[in-house]
Amino acid sequence: MQTPLLTYTLRLADNALVLGHRLSEWCGHGPMLEEDLALANMALDCIGQARNFYTYAGEIEGKGRSEDDLAYLRDCDAFRNILLVERPRGDFAFTILRQFLYAAFMHPYFERLSASKDERLAAIAAKTVKEMAYHLRHSAEWVIRLGDGTEESAARLQEALADLWPFTGEMFEVDETERALIEAGVAFDPAGIRPLWLDTVDRVFADALISRPGDGWMQTGGRRGEHSEHLGHLLADLQFMQRAYPGSTW
Amino acid sequence: MTEKNMPLWEVFIRSRTGLSHRHAGSLHAPDAEMALQNARDVYTRRGEGLSIWVVPSSAITASDPTDKDVMFEPTASKIYRHPTFYEVPDEVGHM
Repeated sequence: MQTPLLTYTLRLADNALVLGHRLSEWCGHGPMLEEDLALANMALDCIGQARNFYTYAGEIEGKGRSEDDLAYLRDCDAFRNILLVERPRGDFAFTILRQFLYAAFMHPYFERLSASKDERLAAIAAKTVKEMAYHLRHSAEWVIRLGDGTEESAARLQEALADLWPFTGEMFEVDETERALIEAGVAFDPAGIRPLWLDTVDRVFADALISRPGDGWMQTGGRRGEHSEHLGHLLADLQFMQRAYPGSTW
Repeated sequence: MTEKNMPLWEVFIRSRTGLSHRHAGSLHAPDAEMALQNARDVYTRRGEGLSIWVVPSSAITASDPTDKDVMFEPTASKIYRHPTFYEVPDEVGHM
């Protein structure tokens, strides 16, 4: 049985790792050299965040598992990331819009988490805030240019929005595990950031000449380990080397 | 990606306070804001920069390479313009 703090830390770690992997899939496939590097930079930010959270999770667990053990040797149902980050990378509009929706939430979230009573979480969050600020800035500028760009870019962005929106609700979920940590001042209640997130989204969408869908059915389950089939394929890519050649290093 | 939508920009990076911006290279971007972000992502990945300038390449007026004799040859015989006859005190720092 996992302690709430371990589950919570793994959720943060898994979000960062899975999104980082999705971003890294663009390496060598970016629409232009400049953006190829920008996506790889963001991928490395996310993977760096994941490493910090995994290292801490391993220490909380106290069974000697390293960051690599947690990243490479757990199966799908042990992952606690939200479904949003495991969606296949799609086209550039999809990847950029997902990054925007995620960063617009995670930036203020980490800002607040940097005041956590858990010093380790606070320290990792503080380090992460600046990275997320840049992800938000970069993705927001692209959302505006795609939406207010050509007929094709606007259509692709609108389509990506319809696909992604039902996955945004999970960011704001709070379960019993997290409720206890929020009350203890360790975690931060994500519901408190929703007005700010919507404000950011609406402001950027106004410049991008698109409007957000109404709040209908929202997908859920990732934080409990109930994932789409896409995560399995992602982990197959990510974990193959360590599974086939246990303990190999280079 | 057309040259019209993604024009070329020249990137200048200042590596530390007190030094001037130096030409780092060029890149494509749709506008000035994106050019700055691309410059950050392409040219400051290893902590190279404290400040970035981006300039549309089309805004640069360059000298004509075939003109170089007229432009630069006359200075070759004027070594008295070089400050090599002075000793610069250490405290002066970068000049």
